Amino acid sequence: MTDLLVPIFTMTVLGFLFSSGLVLAYKKLKVDEDPKIEKVAEILPQVNCGACGYSGCRAFAEAVVKSSAAVSGCPVGGEETANQVAKIMGVEAGEIIKKVARLHCGGTIEAAKSRGFYSGIPTCYASHLVGGNKQCSHGCLGFGDCVKACLFEALYMETDGLPRVREDKCTACGKCVDACPRNLFELHPLVQEILVFCRSEDRGPMARKVCNAACIACGICARACPEAIVMENNLAVITDFKKIDPEKIPDIEKCPTNAIGRIHREEDRDEG
Amino acid sequence: MELVTIFISAVLVQNFVLYYFLGICPFLGVSKKLDSAVSMGLAVTFVMSITAVVSWLINNLILIPYDLGYLQIVSFILVIASLVQLVEMFIRKISPPLYQALGIYLPLITTNCAIMGLALLAALNKYSFMETVIFGFASGLGFTLAIVLMAGIREQLDLADVPEPLKGAGIALIVAGIMALAFNGFIGMLT
Repeated sequence: MTDLLVPIFTMTVLGFLFSSGLVLAYKKLKVDEDPKIEKVAEILPQVNCGACGYSGCRAFAEAVVKSSAAVSGCPVGGEETANQVAKIMGVEAGEIIKKVARLHCGGTIEAAKSRGFYSGIPTCYASHLVGGNKQCSHGCLGFGDCVKACLFEALYMETDGLPRVREDKCTACGKCVDACPRNLFELHPLVQEILVFCRSEDRGPMARKVCNAACIACGICARACPEAIVMENNLAVITDFKKIDPEKIPDIEKCPTNAIGRIHREEDRDEG
Repeated sequence: MELVTIFISAVLVQNFVLYYFLGICPFLGVSKKLDSAVSMGLAVTFVMSITAVVSWLINNLILIPYDLGYLQIVSFILVIASLVQLVEMFIRKISPPLYQALGIYLPLITTNCAIMGLALLAALNKYSFMETVIFGFASGLGFTLAIVLMAGIREQLDLADVPEPLKGAGIALIVAGIMALAFNGFIGMLT
């Protein structure tokens, strides 16, 4: 019986000594924290994706309370979260422009010419190292690194070989932008309907040879709307979509390869 | 002379990270930036020094006289856990940025096997009080040396063209292995 009691007694005494030491230390060293941090942290989505630029939701909450981050700084939570955070902080959230990721490639299996069959590691990154399986060296590689990177199931691979974005689920966290080895994703405001679906900087004839959907740098769109569209490195670039005159959209859509135009909004496919 | 041998042995020859392979978790986790590596090293040195002293006291004043050697591990865990709590409160009070930088790795010192290993090794080698104090402090310095060297190398590695599959933990482990090989060269110093 004593064999059992001695260790229990010893450890109890030791534990008591240490815990009373800690209690005393805690009283001396206590740090008061702003209770707002806890409240803000509770509202945030808790996915710790880092899209706000801080290391996690808690770090963002601390930054908001210290006023070094905007209350609307969480792109994942969007407007609702921003309003709730603003309420706690006692400020106005202001207008929040919802952004979504957009793919800048129109090179479907049909449109882009194949360079051969790739049978290596089935990721975009590996495929990119050996030049990809398309003749175009700028286009989508089609192995879905972006889909794997997405935390919100906002991306899926369509049967035509290109990923699609579910606008309602996309939070503009930017994971796909980082994941794509060819930088084909970019974050654009949801309201921006005119986009360039090509990243090819090849010269016109070359671009046309390798892909039917490539920007061939003919300049029709830039002439139709010079205040918003310019040609850079054989590629049409939208400098400021707000300056696109709605009346000029039909002229822009005259693009011979449809490399610039209205985003195609498709109904979300059913999952499973 | 014995004290000098213990000191050099703990810092260089039988370095906790690179000889015993203890404390690899913070060694890899906090070695991305030089300044947080230095802070982590100092925090571990602090905890190690005090752990060595307190665990020696418990071991020699309570456990050995009352023949309770089998409580060694349990009571050492208690010592380490309490000390880490204390250090955590202390750092949070005096330097919030450091507290932020150390993040999750600070409470993880609790489960850092290097510190447990230190307490057990000191007991196993039957060091005297003074020897234990030197051993604890020197082991901490050895850990700091290893983690600071590692952080310096990793900061340079960020600029290097590392193959994609080896980026991050992969190359860090390779570097750690090469460092361990290099530190093995110190073994000749003790004979």
